[in-house]
Amino acid sequence: MWYHKPVIDEELLQSLPNLKVVASSGVGIDHLDLNLLSSFGVKVSNTPFVVSTDTADLGVALMLASARRLVEGYQMAVSPDTEYFPADWLGVEVSGTALGIIGMGTIGYKVAQRARAFDMKILYHNRNQRNKEEESAVGAIYCKKIDDLLQQSDFVMLAVTLTPQTHKLIGKRELELMKPTATLINISRGLVVDQDALVEALQNKVIKAAALDVTYPEPLPRDHPLLKMKNVTITPHIGSATKETRRLMMENMTENIQAALTGLPIPNEVL
Amino acid sequence: LSKKVQAIYLWWHKPVIDQELLQSLPNLKVIANSGVGMDHLDLKLVATFGVKMANAPHAVSSSTADTGMALLLASARRLVEGCHVAVSPGMEYYEADFLGVKVTRATLGIIGMGSIGYKIALRARAFEMNILYHNRTRRKEHEEQLVGAIYCEKIDSLLQQSDFVMVVVSLTPQTHKLIGKREMELMKPTATLINISRGAVVDQEALVRALQAGVIRAAALDVTYPEPLPRDHPLLKLKNVIITPHLGIKTEKTTRMITEEAVENILAALNGLPIPSEVLPS
Repeated sequence: MWYHKPVIDEELLQSLPNLKVVASSGVGIDHLDLNLLSSFGVKVSNTPFVVSTDTADLGVALMLASARRLVEGYQMAVSPDTEYFPADWLGVEVSGTALGIIGMGTIGYKVAQRARAFDMKILYHNRNQRNKEEESAVGAIYCKKIDDLLQQSDFVMLAVTLTPQTHKLIGKRELELMKPTATLINISRGLVVDQDALVEALQNKVIKAAALDVTYPEPLPRDHPLLKMKNVTITPHIGSATKETRRLMMENMTENIQAALTGLPIPNEVL
Repeated sequence: LSKKVQAIYLWWHKPVIDQELLQSLPNLKVIANSGVGMDHLDLKLVATFGVKMANAPHAVSSSTADTGMALLLASARRLVEGCHVAVSPGMEYYEADFLGVKVTRATLGIIGMGSIGYKIALRARAFEMNILYHNRTRRKEHEEQLVGAIYCEKIDSLLQQSDFVMVVVSLTPQTHKLIGKREMELMKPTATLINISRGAVVDQEALVRALQAGVIRAAALDVTYPEPLPRDHPLLKLKNVIITPHLGIKTEKTTRMITEEAVENILAALNGLPIPSEVLPS
């Protein structure tokens, strides 16, 4: 299964009586109905760890690109109308500012490791607190209440899994708690953010900018307001899009399929 | 008015400091530069008028290092191209084969390991990158160990092993066209060149040919010669090139810090005190 295709529904499952396994690319499995698959006796696997560093790298790439207005800057640099570079054209600093990570799993933690090297202050919110060693290795401060993180962060990075609990986790209330100078970065799933609330918040300068590798749907309708906003950077879900990682994902998926077909334990089974 | 001018704060290389200007300002004591690069000034000429010069070396380093990393990541992951795809009116679905190259655990070769180069090494280390560096002088052992950087006495050795080559030198007669046809041919065909120093450090014509022929994979340039490039320049049209408008230090925080540094230099000069960041003609 690649990029959520084909769509796995009751009809498809009924038409494939000998289907033993669905190997999904990437770590997210929110697009699969696990109960339905289980009822047909079909096993499910994902590729959890191999995507982590690339996704963390992209999270940092988006944070830097947004803060320093890289895409806008590129457009100015190549525009036929540009005669000179204005002296008062400025972005915001990354080094020495505060990063709030919502979701401190494998990917969130790797983001923290990278951000620390930029002298960033790291706050995090997670279902569970990490242990002291893990926290001190990246200088991360636990915020039991998401509000505390939102109020203190210059950059808010979403790295959670999409579940019923994280659906629209960031809505009007959360955006209003953020600093008006803050940037929201989403590398998890489009549905973790209330997109309409985000549009409104950006239009009313409730927050400064957003950088999104994921939206709902993907791609967005061509007339969607997010596509036209100068302070929004959107990338086409390229979190794991490097040659090396895609290759590893394929190897992983093949391994899982072979295990399932020979009745052996599946390395990355999702239950 | 011209007799009253005792100090000039140079912002973005303006005003141009030439013989005519210096002659018209008899009481000029100091020229304070915004930023660290002094290649736009004729240091000897200024010194003959008894005018002191200062730059702002400290405020720039983190911000410029951040720009270097931003360009490295944007180029590797094809971020600008990706944005265009994401907002393009004709797009119906995301291509499954839109791929970039990995940054984590790749090899970064830093040419010029001054304050800015070193800050880049600190950041790159967090991405588990292998760090090679080439510099006029070798850094101390503990400085190398802190970032896991390996010294390449010969630039060739750095060029041959690096996946990303980051140029972070000052522009001097020795570094003019430091990266030319020969250097690019030594680089891996899968490598990316990132320039955050000065446009003239790279032989631009050679770069265009190298990119067109696939001699190197891509380039990301915060600096060019001139700035901006003429609107018909081939670099503006190449898909595998990211150009940014000399963003190096362009943040609110850093521009404020640079100005504070410059003011400190100016006040010291006007009060006859030692100038914190004085630059002498070599």
